[in-house]
Amino acid sequence: MKTRASRPDTAPVAIQLTGVSKHFGPVKANRSIDLSVRQGSIHGLLGENGAGKSTLMKILFGMMRPDAGRIEIGGEDVTLRSVADALAHGIGMVQQHFSLIGKLTVAENLILGRANSGFAARWLQKLDLESAGRRAEELSERLGFGIDPFARCDTLSVGARQKVEILKALWGGATTLVLDEPTAALSPPDAEELYALLKTLQQDGTTIVLISHKLPEIMRLCDRVTVLRDGAVVGEAEIPRAYNAPAEKQALEAQLVRLMIGRNRPEVPSRSSHIWPTVLSVRNLSDGERFGPIDLDVCGGEILAVVGVEGNGQGQLIELLMGLKKAASGSITLEEANITRKTTLQRFQCGMAHIPEDRHGLAVADRMSVIDNASIAFVDGAPFAPTPFWLSRQKRARFAAGVIRRYRVRAASVEAPVTSLSGGNQQKLVVGRELARAPRLMIAAQPTRGLDIGSAAAVHEALIGLRDRGGAVLLLSLDLTEVFSIADRIVVFRQGRIVGETSTADADLDRIGSWMSGIDEETQK
Amino acid sequence: MTRDAMTAPPSIKKAATGKRQVRMDPEVMADALANDTRQPNGEFVPRLVARFHTMSGSVGGQVLTFMLTIAAALVASVPLIWLAGSDFWLTTTAFFGGALGSGPAIAETLVQMIPLLIAGLAVAVAFHASLFNIGVEGQLLFGGLVAGVVGASLDIPPALLMIVCLLAGMIGGALFALIPALLKAYRGAHEVVTTIMMNFVAVAVAEFAVAPTGPFVAADQPSATDRVPEGAQLPIIWEGTRLHAGLLVALAAVAIATWVLYRTPAGFRLRLMGANQNAARASGISIERQTIIALLASGALGGLAGAVQVLGLYGRFYAGFSPGYGFDAIAVALLGALSPIGVVAASFFFAVLHAGSVPLQAIAGISREFVGVVSGLVVAFVAAQPAVMRLVSNMRQKVVDDTLPNDPPEPQYMSEIATSPEEPS
Repeated sequence: MKTRASRPDTAPVAIQLTGVSKHFGPVKANRSIDLSVRQGSIHGLLGENGAGKSTLMKILFGMMRPDAGRIEIGGEDVTLRSVADALAHGIGMVQQHFSLIGKLTVAENLILGRANSGFAARWLQKLDLESAGRRAEELSERLGFGIDPFARCDTLSVGARQKVEILKALWGGATTLVLDEPTAALSPPDAEELYALLKTLQQDGTTIVLISHKLPEIMRLCDRVTVLRDGAVVGEAEIPRAYNAPAEKQALEAQLVRLMIGRNRPEVPSRSSHIWPTVLSVRNLSDGERFGPIDLDVCGGEILAVVGVEGNGQGQLIELLMGLKKAASGSITLEEANITRKTTLQRFQCGMAHIPEDRHGLAVADRMSVIDNASIAFVDGAPFAPTPFWLSRQKRARFAAGVIRRYRVRAASVEAPVTSLSGGNQQKLVVGRELARAPRLMIAAQPTRGLDIGSAAAVHEALIGLRDRGGAVLLLSLDLTEVFSIADRIVVFRQGRIVGETSTADADLDRIGSWMSGIDEETQK
Repeated sequence: MTRDAMTAPPSIKKAATGKRQVRMDPEVMADALANDTRQPNGEFVPRLVARFHTMSGSVGGQVLTFMLTIAAALVASVPLIWLAGSDFWLTTTAFFGGALGSGPAIAETLVQMIPLLIAGLAVAVAFHASLFNIGVEGQLLFGGLVAGVVGASLDIPPALLMIVCLLAGMIGGALFALIPALLKAYRGAHEVVTTIMMNFVAVAVAEFAVAPTGPFVAADQPSATDRVPEGAQLPIIWEGTRLHAGLLVALAAVAIATWVLYRTPAGFRLRLMGANQNAARASGISIERQTIIALLASGALGGLAGAVQVLGLYGRFYAGFSPGYGFDAIAVALLGALSPIGVVAASFFFAVLHAGSVPLQAIAGISREFVGVVSGLVVAFVAAQPAVMRLVSNMRQKVVDDTLPNDPPEPQYMSEIATSPEEPS
């Protein structure tokens, strides 16, 4: 094992947070958090979505101001009023979502907002892109990134973009790098490369804070991990580089999971036992642009998972299946009925249901009440309206209450706006409402993204329940763990086409990874 | 796993294509029917308030916001009165005396309120669908013209003619909103731009129709159509004043708009589209169709406002009969927080402003245009509401935080929690 530049046990403290608290309305995102990160270490921040990790790091990066608490950087008490303050103190951050402008080159993106010349100079001087490019090249050379500073960002691969994000964070001479879920959008090989890169950075002397809810990632990279739950620190552990026995590692992992979710890992549900005839049959479907043509079949009693790196045609598949976008060619058949030319509403009536990926964008109307949001499943009002001139509020309220009870949604009142529910409960409401359509085919797009483990398990249970009753489920997910735990069959999308198919029982992670990233095709060439 | 094509899945039957057929999980349906949450012995007033509550936030909060906004606008206009060189007390007495001081004054205020109320509803209905119909002024003018022309030229029984005229006004207003609606739905042209432009078209059309050489100009009166027969005009409902049955028409419009918005599938679709257009589209609503429906409904209400003015107040169409009701209506709708009941209150406030402006000029010597200043202030304070609300809620939160222990008490939930977290050992 390699010795590190500074073995973190004895290294001085780079960042010290004491009693940091932050609330949003009634929600306490951070409750008196103490965190100390040693110089030159990789410090993991582990917690489920909504545990308060991102909020804490936004406070450290000057994007939010804490309600209470102290921040010390390098032993010095600081007040971070803005991102510029944080950058001046040597903190760089890579956000969960890419913040690059696609139409600009790498160098242009890097110097964006980083002008440190005076006001007059900024308007009068020519932008010195060349020296910026040179500097970018140097930096990328030193770290082994291999990025062309004059390439336009939208021509780069996802992995390369992530590297540019890191370059951007290091640009101002940051000594501490905060990464928020950096591998969320990466395929396994790209993630692998990122891990190696972080190790290089560490040897270079950079302190790294890694926010993640992926335990394996934390176990591999970090020297120390702090576990957050419900906005508070619930545990901290040193991660040894070597274990006396494999059982020791397993014990630590189990302990961390318990800390993170407050209980033991939920059991993996059983596989489908019976396959009914085909429910959805897609032939030669294409949107005339970058998608397709594809053939796809989903049977009753089956959960088919569509996996792939984000943006490889999953969105188009949903839009085409739901009739939100017109198909250029091909046919969609649902239980022997050709629905290719049907409207979205007719597709729902034919037995489709849809849990959208973007909850706030497509699934719920934030300003409306829980009742209204439950009734979105029936925009024609049919079950609640005896005539087109009367929509019974009473029936809608009872329906909403029924969904809440059946799917254990935590809601103070059905009349309150839907935003008074937590994200997990909103999602359970959406799932319940979609299942109330009595669907033959459920299209579930990332149904558990951003949910805590309890809610995610409830959503999985609901989907499995539908499958066991003979329904078909088309699951689109970026989370391979989820796919492996509930799907029966997997198809892999890349650049709008199906590049691989396997049953979960004999699926091989490496193979799926190579399908997703396209390494397969490259080696064949 | 076996692939067994012989056994049919235990499925719900495939959908027929009938129009109003119900596809719903029968278990959920039975569940919902069994779960009767009605409380038969509930007091009438709390029940009413609870219903109102669900329509538009908390009633108290709404009323308070409304009053505070008006108060802020009035207070802000005090220095302007002083700048105009007038005495504050004299101004106040002249203003309120003129608007509310006597029976006839109140009647005149109500007369002013009628067009503002209907036009305000028109704007509010469009706003519910997230559409900004600035063209109510044009729809009102055109609706008034159509009503005036139909009333002057059709020869049918007067009572029937009245109804036909009102309907004609609504159709006229709706037709005038049709062009912006189609452009918005199918070409994506922003309705603000197109409706504003249609306003100019409406003014030009109205002036052409009753120009000296125009097709509908009256023989005895320039810039006006022939009179609508006496019996077809809206009757006076308060003897000795100008208050006409248009008030009843307006209140009926409020009732119908409330019902449609909150108690029909169509209203639900409209509000859903307004609250989240993408969610509406994903759930099967045709955005194109909803856009057209919303703008046509809004235009029809605008046309109705014009028709009521023509049939109730003037008895004929005058080219310049609207002093900008359609524009004031925007302020009315915003002050009324888009709720039909709120629009009633807001239109009453603006009517007071208008009715009070005449004695204001006569007694206190303040120009009538001062009303425009106050209504501008109202719009400014309405626009400031969200910021003020946030400020208040932040302050309230701070107080709560200071007085409560660190962890707030667990709220009461309707259902038990599926997985109550155990503390780690």
